Amino acid sequence: MDYRTVLTTCAYCGCGCSLYLEVLDGRVIHTFPCKTGPVNEGKLCVKGWNIHEFIHSPKRLTRPLLRQNGTLVEVSWDEALDFTARRLREIKEAHGSDSLAFLSSAKITNEENYLIQKFARAAVGTNNVDHCARL
Amino acid sequence: MSEKVRAKVKDLLDSGRIKGFLGLRQADGHLGPHLFTDGRELDALAVGDLKRPGDTRYPLNKQLLTLMRCDPDDSFGVLVRGCDERGLKTLITWNQVDPAKVVAVGIACPPELAAACECLKPYPDEFVDGGKVEGSTFASVATVDALDLHSRLTHWLHEFSKCVKCYGCRDICPMCFCKECSLEQEDLIHTGDLPPENPIFHLTRAVHMAGRCIDCGLCNEACPADIPLRTLYKKVAEIIAQEFDYRPGYVEPGEKPPLNILGEAPEH
Repeated sequence: MDYRTVLTTCAYCGCGCSLYLEVLDGRVIHTFPCKTGPVNEGKLCVKGWNIHEFIHSPKRLTRPLLRQNGTLVEVSWDEALDFTARRLREIKEAHGSDSLAFLSSAKITNEENYLIQKFARAAVGTNNVDHCARL
Repeated sequence: MSEKVRAKVKDLLDSGRIKGFLGLRQADGHLGPHLFTDGRELDALAVGDLKRPGDTRYPLNKQLLTLMRCDPDDSFGVLVRGCDERGLKTLITWNQVDPAKVVAVGIACPPELAAACECLKPYPDEFVDGGKVEGSTFASVATVDALDLHSRLTHWLHEFSKCVKCYGCRDICPMCFCKECSLEQEDLIHTGDLPPENPIFHLTRAVHMAGRCIDCGLCNEACPADIPLRTLYKKVAEIIAQEFDYRPGYVEPGEKPPLNILGEAPEH
């Protein structure tokens, strides 16, 4: 039996609540708020309390998939990125920068969010940037 | 305070009496729950408050239940304060813990924590460290009891109206071991509704905790809306003590809670 409590940060929104994940034999089974977390001081919302549930969800996208002839097919990161870059360039050239939009996420880091808006504005040339926290 | 606990746990682990010890570990600037399985990692074991009273109290008994269900053949040690020991005794009464498979290592709570908790007995029966502090009465209950009936109702309805229905009170509770929770029964609670029905949601839990709640107060500390749940459950405990002469965790393990006994109705 391998039992651990792992300190981490809630990924559901930008608050950054500290929590302990209870991990039993490699499976995350429960969540406890960290009482000395400076943001949440031992409290969590209903989403944070249940954050262990999405980790092993079969619905999670864990590998790059590319739709080929109507079916999602697993591809390498290189292939997925090459395809995405080519299509972004084609769409921009055919319809202009503002025909593209970028949707960012609360489940990634602040730095990654910075990068995606920087990419949208500086590389692609659009202010069409939004975020999944706009519920 | 950590030194004596560390020595005791080292003995238990080195002698093979226990397979692991659920305690608190100093890591990453926090003092959080950890299962120690090797005497050599005990340098990181620590006990005591970090910045304010109770900020390192965790539902170790709840984690113990998880361990014992996964590994029923081995024995485990667990760090207990007065409240945790009450919890352990009550879990034994409810047949959730095999007393032969648990070794409790007790610590007595410091005066600040005992006062903040309004704890009747802020120390376990046996403890390896800390000093015995006399218990206190439930001043928070007396304050609410002093209000007239209408003001008391207004007070509680206002407190309950703050609820965001996170279920944190249930999820942190070391006595919440039911496989099917009353708070998820459609017949009792409109499970999909927000805000929760006031006061049905909270009173359902308060009644369910009667004869079970061991007054650890973790629910109160976990509540993001600062609802004084502990005061509510202390009041429930007082009623149970008054009517049935029973306080969960203050009686010996095995003594059945009054609401589990079918018998004569109380006299009044």
